[in-house]
Amino acid sequence: MAINPDYIGRTFEPSEPYEVSRVKIAEFADAVGEPSALCRDRAAAQAAGYPDVIAPPTFVIVISMASTAKLTTDPALGVNYAMVVHGEQSFTHARPLHAGDVVTSQSTIESIRPLGSMTTMTTVTEIRTVDGEHVCTARSTLVERGA
Amino acid sequence: MASPSYDQAEPGTELPPRQYQVTRRDLVRYAGASGDFNVIHWNERVAKSVGLPDVIAHGMLTMALAGRFVTEWAGDPGAVTEFGVRFSAPVVVPDDDKGATVEVTGTVTERLDGHRVAVDVTARSDGAKVLTRARAVVRLPAVPSQGGDPLEPP
Repeated sequence: MAINPDYIGRTFEPSEPYEVSRVKIAEFADAVGEPSALCRDRAAAQAAGYPDVIAPPTFVIVISMASTAKLTTDPALGVNYAMVVHGEQSFTHARPLHAGDVVTSQSTIESIRPLGSMTTMTTVTEIRTVDGEHVCTARSTLVERGA
Repeated sequence: MASPSYDQAEPGTELPPRQYQVTRRDLVRYAGASGDFNVIHWNERVAKSVGLPDVIAHGMLTMALAGRFVTEWAGDPGAVTEFGVRFSAPVVVPDDDKGATVEVTGTVTERLDGHRVAVDVTARSDGAKVLTRARAVVRLPAVPSQGGDPLEPP
């Protein structure tokens, strides 16, 4: 079943607030091998001008993926997850996320397009603090291979 | 390694190339840290049943390694303002102690405003380009930082 094109342009409800923690940042930095003290040592991060330890640039996926996963499992959208691969990903950061940030993510389906026997779907997820400050825009393209 | 300054990062400047090893253990660790438990990243039986040669790395782990490559050069994980990639081939991770090797190279392509530069990144594994159109925009200090700062990897 192809992905339902009626969903193009649809914006979903923002997620529940997510609190960025020092422990999660350090765990993610360890998992990707990011060696910087700025991800682990609060004093070093503050000496570099940040309020607290900062997240590596792809950390946002932890937050944005949970948001897009919720919408792409909507049965009416018709995504066949067994056939999905990640096609493209980008992040535009207004500033790095830091420990203590409390953010929500809100996703919009930007496009659904046929590509030969495949279908691509691009979602744009806006990450904002609960005070409304825009922190990051994540754009993700999933590719559903033809059956 | 002292981080480069904006003035030093002329177009054509090559970043020091790096090789990263990715083992099954790294995939399990990334799955836990990211929350992406897709079974093709840890179960060989399922990966092969959907037409893959073996377990493959999370595309986002490969992207994170390319990100780390850029932030290690810049000396600040917060310096990356834009980062985008296309996943062109999977990183196949065999069930052994060595795992897969991801080779990353990068070149400064442009100077932008606000002491930012654009860097084109390539990532290869087992002879295949695993990332294409990989580009990061990085803010650099106006003057070079000194070595021996807390950013120096252990």
